[in-house]
Amino acid sequence: MRNATGGTRYAVAVLATLAVAFVALPQVYGNQSVLFTMMTYMALAQGLNLVYGFTGYLPFGYVGFFGTGAYACSILVTFTGLPVLLCVIGGGLAALLIGLILGPLLRLSGAYFSIANLAASQIIYYVVSNEALKPLTGGPYGIKIDQVFAPTASYAAMLVVLLLTTALAAYFRLSRFGLGLRAMHQNPISAAVAGVNIVRARLVVWLVSATVAGLIGGVYAWNLSVFYPDAVFTLEISVFAIVFALFGGVGTVIGPLLGAGLLYTFYAAIGVSTPQYFQLLYGSLIVFLVLFLPNGLVSLLVRRKLHVL
Amino acid sequence: MALLEYALVGGILYGVFFSLVGIGLNLVFGVMRMINLAHGQFIMLGGFGAYLLSSHLGLNPVFGIPLAVAGGIVIGWPLYYAVVPRLQRSNDPEMLSFILFFGIAQVIEAVTLLVFGADQHSLPDSALGSGNIGVLGQDFPDSWWVAVAVSVLCIGGLYLYLSSTRLGFATRAIMADRDEARTTGIDVDRVAAIAFVIGLSLAGIAGVFVPYMVGSVSPSIGGGLTTTSFAIIIIGSLGNPLGTVVGGLVFGIGTMLMQTYYASWSNLVPYALLLVIVLIRPSGLLGKAVRSA
Repeated sequence: MRNATGGTRYAVAVLATLAVAFVALPQVYGNQSVLFTMMTYMALAQGLNLVYGFTGYLPFGYVGFFGTGAYACSILVTFTGLPVLLCVIGGGLAALLIGLILGPLLRLSGAYFSIANLAASQIIYYVVSNEALKPLTGGPYGIKIDQVFAPTASYAAMLVVLLLTTALAAYFRLSRFGLGLRAMHQNPISAAVAGVNIVRARLVVWLVSATVAGLIGGVYAWNLSVFYPDAVFTLEISVFAIVFALFGGVGTVIGPLLGAGLLYTFYAAIGVSTPQYFQLLYGSLIVFLVLFLPNGLVSLLVRRKLHVL
Repeated sequence: MALLEYALVGGILYGVFFSLVGIGLNLVFGVMRMINLAHGQFIMLGGFGAYLLSSHLGLNPVFGIPLAVAGGIVIGWPLYYAVVPRLQRSNDPEMLSFILFFGIAQVIEAVTLLVFGADQHSLPDSALGSGNIGVLGQDFPDSWWVAVAVSVLCIGGLYLYLSSTRLGFATRAIMADRDEARTTGIDVDRVAAIAFVIGLSLAGIAGVFVPYMVGSVSPSIGGGLTTTSFAIIIIGSLGNPLGTVVGGLVFGIGTMLMQTYYASWSNLVPYALLLVIVLIRPSGLLGKAVRSA
């Protein structure tokens, strides 16, 4: 952090680039659903980065919030007839609620937190997809909200959510609050002594990240409009978000965007037709990253003394 | 009453087997302080080893046991030296190893998928005896009893190894305090590598019986087995094989009772147990402080 205005200008430039890119890309590339999914993963990687990059808590069950948002949004559309944007916000609020319920998990450290979070997301999945909840969630048979199907509007909504998430990451990166987070990440005890309320800060970040995932899930459901529970609860979503964020570089603003953009492009090219090869590739990539490049692609830029937001 | 007896006896058998499923993870965690997130994938490899032997060479699947031990040595020894010492020196070994083993899990799963395809494979029922053995009037297939007998032998063997051999003493010393063990002259890496090999071999041996206990083996079963194993070793206590047996029994009986009375919710059991126990008594059950702040 050199000076605040320079950082802010950098952040505005990143946001503007994202916005222009995703407004212009559909004009030159016809497959809008690929672009939509790319934004979804960029937003998810960024949302996960909010927690993992700034606090060190790796939420393996991040998909639980995404799925919760997707289902809460769909259930609101089905049963209340509210405007679809309000339903999407309802998805975010539902994920916030789940985040509050899972708040006590933050008392756990490291891998315990990750595995407990994974277990929690599996519980949500099994409950939502259970036959007994068929009248509400459609159970294993999926849910349908094609009455609000609107590919272009939901594309725009996802872009807004992506920009919001990225703005939040920039805020964490540049603000006093973010500085406290970084201090806490490096040494919680010293940070507490220096006056950072670590329990509160951690909870705030956790809830923000959960809400974002819920919003992403809500917009995703709106775009898909017909889906099975597997589609929004598969662990692959958590896994992709983690790998994309790690690949780019966590704890930065542009890292997760770069990682998701590059790897998802690659996935769209080979992963859809031959997922095993893609799995082999990203598995090896994780091993390589952990051993040789634990701070991701952006650490290569940092090494060349370039300023990375 | 017959239902309850069936669930209890079945739960004990199932639980003893699942103690074997979890015990390798427990040992590796105790010695290396790393969570082997690829544990379930190593179990799955054991299952595929047995499947290969029985379908292609016509051998009895029990020969999968020596194969699993050989596989544990061939994979575990080089893997340990390739990644673990390097990770121990990094700034956050616990989290980095967690992510690294996750990557290894993905590689194993992808390779298995490429070689065998996504299909589920089962093993011939008659290979481990086609009859039933009854207890309290409840019949269970011979294969279950064989799996339980092997589990008891393996867990007992591990207990003897830890309690009455020189290497076992050294292993327990490392579990207690890695640095102090090093200062007393123990070759920490060698002893830990042996423990890693034993952990992987035990996972592979458990895998041989997975097709019988769970119904089939397929490349995608690894992740679920890892979480289940983690739940079991959290319920039991770390570094103590008998503790894992307690965890396995709680899991086994809980699962069987749910399957008997609320079948559609039974797949929640390991996850719910894990969450509740981690939140209520994390340090007490693991014997290690896992909370911060």
